[in-house]
Amino acid sequence: MTTALHKYLIMNTLSFPILSVAIFLPLAGAILLLFMRGERSIKVTALITAIINFPLSLFLFSRFDVGADRFQFGEFIPWVPSYNINYILGIDGITIFLILLTTLLAPLCILCSWTAIERRVKEFMFCLLIMETAMIGVFCALDFILFYVFWEAMLIPMYLLIAIWGGPRKDYASIKFFIYTLFGSVFLLVAIIAVYLVTNTFSIPDAMFRDYDFTFQIWVFLAFAIAFAIKVPMFPFHTWLPAAHTEAPTAGSVFLASVLLKMGTYGFLRFCLPVTPKASVFFAPYMIALSVIGIIYGGFVCLSQTDMKKLIAYSSVAHMGFATLGIFSLTLFGWEGALLQMLNHGVTTGALFLCVGVVYERTHSREIYDNAGLGKIMPVYVGFFGLFSISSFAFPGTNNFVGELYVLIGIFSQNKLAGFFSIVGALLAAAYMLRLLKQIVWGREDKRAISDMNAREVIYLLPLALFVIWMGLFPRPFVQVIEKTLMNLHSQMNIFFR
Amino acid sequence: MIMILPELSMLLFSIVFLFLSLGRKKDGIVLLAKSLSIIIFGISLAGVFASGELFSGAYRLDLFSQVFKAIIAYGFCLVIFILDRQNEVEEAYFPEYIMFLGFSTLGLMMLVSSVELISIVIALEVSSYSLYVIVPLRKGQTNIQLEASVKYLFFGAISTGIMLFGMSYMYGIVKSTFLNDILKVLPGFMGQPIGVFALILTLTGFFFKLSLFPMHFWAPDIYEGASNTTTTFIATVPKIGAAALLIRITMLANASGVQFINLLIVLAAISMTFGNLVGLVQKDVKRLLAYSGIAHAGYLLMGVLALSKDGYASAIYYITVYLFMNLACFYVLVVLSKDGRNIVLDDLVGLSKRAPLLAFTLAVGAFSLAGIPPTGGFTGKLFLFMSAFREGHLTIVIIAAVNTAISIFYYLNLVRMSYSKEAESAEPIQLTFNEKALCYIFIFLVLYMGVMPFGLLDIFRMAV
Repeated sequence: MTTALHKYLIMNTLSFPILSVAIFLPLAGAILLLFMRGERSIKVTALITAIINFPLSLFLFSRFDVGADRFQFGEFIPWVPSYNINYILGIDGITIFLILLTTLLAPLCILCSWTAIERRVKEFMFCLLIMETAMIGVFCALDFILFYVFWEAMLIPMYLLIAIWGGPRKDYASIKFFIYTLFGSVFLLVAIIAVYLVTNTFSIPDAMFRDYDFTFQIWVFLAFAIAFAIKVPMFPFHTWLPAAHTEAPTAGSVFLASVLLKMGTYGFLRFCLPVTPKASVFFAPYMIALSVIGIIYGGFVCLSQTDMKKLIAYSSVAHMGFATLGIFSLTLFGWEGALLQMLNHGVTTGALFLCVGVVYERTHSREIYDNAGLGKIMPVYVGFFGLFSISSFAFPGTNNFVGELYVLIGIFSQNKLAGFFSIVGALLAAAYMLRLLKQIVWGREDKRAISDMNAREVIYLLPLALFVIWMGLFPRPFVQVIEKTLMNLHSQMNIFFR
Repeated sequence: MIMILPELSMLLFSIVFLFLSLGRKKDGIVLLAKSLSIIIFGISLAGVFASGELFSGAYRLDLFSQVFKAIIAYGFCLVIFILDRQNEVEEAYFPEYIMFLGFSTLGLMMLVSSVELISIVIALEVSSYSLYVIVPLRKGQTNIQLEASVKYLFFGAISTGIMLFGMSYMYGIVKSTFLNDILKVLPGFMGQPIGVFALILTLTGFFFKLSLFPMHFWAPDIYEGASNTTTTFIATVPKIGAAALLIRITMLANASGVQFINLLIVLAAISMTFGNLVGLVQKDVKRLLAYSGIAHAGYLLMGVLALSKDGYASAIYYITVYLFMNLACFYVLVVLSKDGRNIVLDDLVGLSKRAPLLAFTLAVGAFSLAGIPPTGGFTGKLFLFMSAFREGHLTIVIIAAVNTAISIFYYLNLVRMSYSKEAESAEPIQLTFNEKALCYIFIFLVLYMGVMPFGLLDIFRMAV
């Protein structure tokens, strides 16, 4: 272990490697599934595997030292010593919530597919669990190659989820998704190798805050940014997203919206800012412009949607625009807001997709018109749906309000014009979400034989609803956890802002 | 004598089958071939650390050659195991078929140990002539395999001619046919046209084997025309021998040969771009894999043109992974094609329903060819990229990166066909124990080389 690494990494002192366990437990469960027969036992095993991981990450959270300014729970195993590739894991304030979000959503995704997925259940659950492994891995990896392996490994199960269990245009959507993201990723790989050739190590902390040559930073930033912007997705790179979202099965959409998109913004926070700070400052105005365009564009496109899933998909473009806006405001408030926005969007949009899944299972249509007027027939459902809808357009008292507020404070202190336009975007969000909500609740009057949500469905929406309210009313504990890490980042980067 | 046991055992193997081909009894031939090939692999593995020289230094045994021999023997062993079904070659020719495979492998084993121009040519021809014979051996004679074999023979002869021409230049410069002597003198000529000319012409012969641009055009036709098992062999094992010699011969250049490196960069770039772009429109899976092979020859060249120890080691690593992942894909074709005909993309439809294990093997192979982690194809490509980048060849790395993204389309097509499309008649394919075992072996090998590259990589670094 290099001495430099010690400066960044607090080694794990628990009696077991908790991060590795969290990463590879779902994988172990997935492999176990391969040897099992019987749909029910497969579902139960998958669910149990995913459920165990949640308390485990809660335990991780309980041991998380909020005041520490280094990566925690570190693990280090040499992997390919001749190229200085190592298995390094560690988490900080940026990643802890993303891991919690992933482990929370995984069991919910399995629950929501309980009856919706009727064929090839084993393969479906296998893919979901592999996804969970890769997603947690991405957030824990502190080695570029390890990160890249998890980052790419996620493509395969996601591709299969869309390609096998997707909607009518699954072929087109899955291939577009795969090629788009892979195209960005190969540039990420080139950037990673470039950084390696300068630093001679693949360790991520080692690569941060070095005084690289400015031109070098520009190129590396661009290569990083292509990969992350496609993943987020930022405005001109977003075209894969609506197709993939619409065609994916509910669990796929939830993972895609709630976690996969976060990997893009996570990449900006983790790599672009600390590794290429000068280039980040240089490119910030352009990134802000793209974010604002994304917010406004997403808003307008949403207004004209008739497909519930497509509407929520496009709203992701707008919401993630807020996250990138916060990041490239290059202010502490902006970053906190961006991180909260990532978390909130994960919960709210995930929940909205789950809601769409609930009605889709009943009416087999995602058209707003076909699902209109559910207010009397499904009161519980409409309650949930209403909560998540108002949370989605950042109604005060719900979770998204907090995130957007922080972002707006951050961006207004830097760029009034961008702040103004993003407020317009927020208004658009209210318009299209309320329109959707109105249609769904009061749309048309007829008596259809649709049952309200059952216990299983309530179970998987309830935790998300509680989170929405908790975060909305009392965000302090969340902010506290991420504050120290971001302050640290801010102070390290302050040199480059001047 | 004990030093060249792998070669001797290979020779013995071929002779055994020579006699078997004379006899009438055709029972148990496959079983015999399988057990013998395992023994040969064991012998080659045991001989990895042998070293020494034979025939006044024309034939050298060192870690480099022995490692390659072991890989070649393993490739041969796997091909023999794939050759389970007798429905590809006429029963009567079966022993000869195996005999020629054996002779070809023997030639490749000799090739990696040869360090003198004449013996290189002889070894190369021993391996090639056997292949010229077996290309037309296919059940149900049609014009297509005759055309393929004639093409193969002609282009092979032409490339040998060009290679000999280049070697004559080398001899003219150095007045010796020993690579050692050439190594002392030739680098001094790398700045001059004659040095570059000699080296490039000589390499052309190996480019032919590797199906690298501009010597690639035979590949798709021969892949399509030859029987599935023959193609499996041609697409994998000879490439290892060619890669070994390519590395040996490029070692004759040095970094001062800028023109030489530039030429290799251009060849690599064209080869991968051409292979991938044409691969996009292929319907016949064997043709598709042929174009993929052309692209991969380009990737492989990235390691070679770095002209560094790391580069050579990564090239060896990559060709080894290529052997496994390509075999995995071809294996699925061989099993699928009950009557020995070619498989087109539409035949793969619904494969995941009919035979999940086969579909998975194909998916692992295809994703590895595309370079998606955590497969060996990714790790190999990573090493190639790193070695080329380290020597400052940024352009070719970016071209290769873009190419990776292009190629994913047709590799993904293989997976897409077998997983997302529904078959109309989904009668399951029953796999025998042997077939299942081979599938698991391929999956394991490809994933193992992706996740745990260190041991092998270190051996390869020691070898160069």
